[in-house]
Amino acid sequence: MKEIDPFHIAIKDPAALAAGIREKSGKIIGYMCSYAPEELIHAAGFHPMRLFSSKSEISLAENHLQAYCCSLVRGVLEDSLAGRLDYLDGTVFPHTCDSIQRLSDIWRLNTNYGFFADVVMPAKLNTASARAYMTDVLKKFKTDLEKAIGHPITPADLEASICLFNRIRKNLTRIYELKSQSPGIIKGIDLFAIVKGAMIMDRKELAQRLETIVLLLEKKDPPPSSAKRIILSGSICDMVDIYSLIEVSGGTVVADDLCTGNRWFEGLIPVDIDPLEALTARYADRAICPAKHSGNTVRGEALLALAKTHRADGVIFALLKFCDPHAFDYPYMKEFLDKAAIKSLHLELDDQQQGQGQLSTRLETFMHMI
Amino acid sequence: MDTNQNKDTAKEKEKDKDQRKIKSAKKMREIMTTYYLEAMTARENNKKIAWITSGGPVEPLIAMDIIPIYPENHAAMIGASKMGEDLCVKAEEMGYSSDLCSYARSDISCAQVNGGPIGGLPRPDMLVCCNNICGTVLKWYEVQARYFNVPLFILDTPVCHNGYSPEIAAYVRRQIDEYIVFLETVTGEKLDHDKMTEVGHLALQGQKLWQKILKTTTHKPSPMSAFDAFFFLALIVTLRGTKIAVNFYEELAQEMEERVQKGISIIPHERYRLLWDNLPVWYQLKWLSQKFSDHNACLVADTYTSAWCSAIQYIDENKFLDSMAEAYTRIYLNIGVDEMADQVLDMIHLYDVDGFVMHSNRSCKPYSFGQLDIMEIVRKKTGIPVLMLEADMVDPRNFSLSQADTRIDAFMEIIKQKK
Repeated sequence: MKEIDPFHIAIKDPAALAAGIREKSGKIIGYMCSYAPEELIHAAGFHPMRLFSSKSEISLAENHLQAYCCSLVRGVLEDSLAGRLDYLDGTVFPHTCDSIQRLSDIWRLNTNYGFFADVVMPAKLNTASARAYMTDVLKKFKTDLEKAIGHPITPADLEASICLFNRIRKNLTRIYELKSQSPGIIKGIDLFAIVKGAMIMDRKELAQRLETIVLLLEKKDPPPSSAKRIILSGSICDMVDIYSLIEVSGGTVVADDLCTGNRWFEGLIPVDIDPLEALTARYADRAICPAKHSGNTVRGEALLALAKTHRADGVIFALLKFCDPHAFDYPYMKEFLDKAAIKSLHLELDDQQQGQGQLSTRLETFMHMI
Repeated sequence: MDTNQNKDTAKEKEKDKDQRKIKSAKKMREIMTTYYLEAMTARENNKKIAWITSGGPVEPLIAMDIIPIYPENHAAMIGASKMGEDLCVKAEEMGYSSDLCSYARSDISCAQVNGGPIGGLPRPDMLVCCNNICGTVLKWYEVQARYFNVPLFILDTPVCHNGYSPEIAAYVRRQIDEYIVFLETVTGEKLDHDKMTEVGHLALQGQKLWQKILKTTTHKPSPMSAFDAFFFLALIVTLRGTKIAVNFYEELAQEMEERVQKGISIIPHERYRLLWDNLPVWYQLKWLSQKFSDHNACLVADTYTSAWCSAIQYIDENKFLDSMAEAYTRIYLNIGVDEMADQVLDMIHLYDVDGFVMHSNRSCKPYSFGQLDIMEIVRKKTGIPVLMLEADMVDPRNFSLSQADTRIDAFMEIIKQKK
């Protein structure tokens, strides 16, 4: 599908994409976490851009982060120190895990992109006081952005931004639905490109493109797929090959619980209440990252529900090495699946090294097993 | 030297060691034994047990006569008794990655197999988790809340990257009230506010005494070392807010004063003074202490044990519950790396140290990430040598003794040349 080409081009060279945005006098704010309030960044006139590691060799970051820090955090810092992120006009750090918490300090002390903000979101999300605090934090962030741009973000700006992001979310959700209904409708590698591209491309252009893709996919009528229905669960999955490797082994990804997937875009922002409270409602109610708390078993229950909804044959935990919050959740989530007789596979991924041979063997074995 | 002379030297050495011994250590062991025995028999005495994180607000528990149990203190005991590897391996067999915190790993498996030096901890009636020290405790306490199926309270203290904001203040203060309601619900009893005030006084008094004790090491030669502080820390962590802790620390403070007056130093020939960063390497305390002592170097202070008196400035004993919010939020680990570096620099000057030893601790990301930046700041601003030791607080598989040995020798060589 040629409509997906722009997404492949975007993710292949984010720096070139950023250069294009800057040419149109756009200013770019980067962030690494799905709790970054993109709607506010966009409403302030900035281009929100999720940062991924370019997976280059780590050398400069060695002077700041030990080897037992995850490859995402080290990789993005390396990119910054090596000048590969010079297109940024600012960065935002929502509080996530211990590693990103410290990266924020290291970043503030060693880089200078102009705008900088710590958006210290609450770690627990299921209490009234935590929600009130989240709204306070969003309000403060809005004020910080307004100071940076020198004028207020109008209610109309914010409303327009919220509507735009809802449009994007709605269409991404629709694409996922279509994929689950009929897995042959779109290749995993294309789905990956769409979702990753959606985190970095110009949002207005993106919303348009997603609508086009939805219309085209809705017209498609691929033959029924006999591939094993797989759910990917984990932190970020920035490994494009995994989708193809799963397909080659006889599976297909029908849903995910990834922070570079469903967790990032699921849930619309209510439009009939105060916009900051609406943002709070969405960010507090969306499928949570394990670094947050909203009950002791919510993630396990959610994964089980996801597996049932999508009639999954198996779940693949794609976990980033040294990602503590996910590593803590893995045993109990696996146990939840075991009790429901849903088979799972645990893969430990690292941006720096990707031994594909071993990976494809493990995937093949898993597909045979389920 | 003939055998008799050898014997004499050994005897003298033993005598010298005996004289340098801190007498209060015996009492401290007794207090801790009593504390654990009481905890083990809590149920028979109709007392409730709360497991709480080391940076958690223990005072309301004390005021409500709930016995606080510290899995972190227990994990340190596991480490010191060299039982960490076995329990960590058990946790890995349960599916927990070997990259996870070794305190968490050893506690999680210990809860299920009742292993460790005291046969496991008494079962909790509730869990209290304050994330001011890390995000790890949040996940760890979720694991235990599922396992024991008991209520969990989370005191969420947002990180103060850049000072304490009004938003954070309001949020944490509200949670203090929620915490009291939680405790009242679990115990079915009301908090006695007079008792709370009293406990608040004692907690502050205990922290001030702890600070006083730690500061006696500004004296040259130092009457105690960080290795002793690691040991004596247990009371300010577990029994903060009690008369027992205050009484004990009064005695310890007095003993330290006496040692200072009499010139009794903890190591025989203190020539070099060092500052330690991060948690102890629990299973190598003896070796490390001897190693530095052999170089006539004393670890006079550390950033870890001082964390239990680092927020005194924020406590208002007449409004204890109100000020508790700030005191628990602005602790050493819950601030920005630059503010941590400032505190390190203050300590370097206060204790007049010749070198800085940083434990790069695989188990503790919020403590260890940022160390390299702090190291650079320290080097630039003070010029003192800095050593980074790669290790882990409980899991010995992440420590190489021979490598540490060589590196400490090289580090001390530089310090000697500079002095």
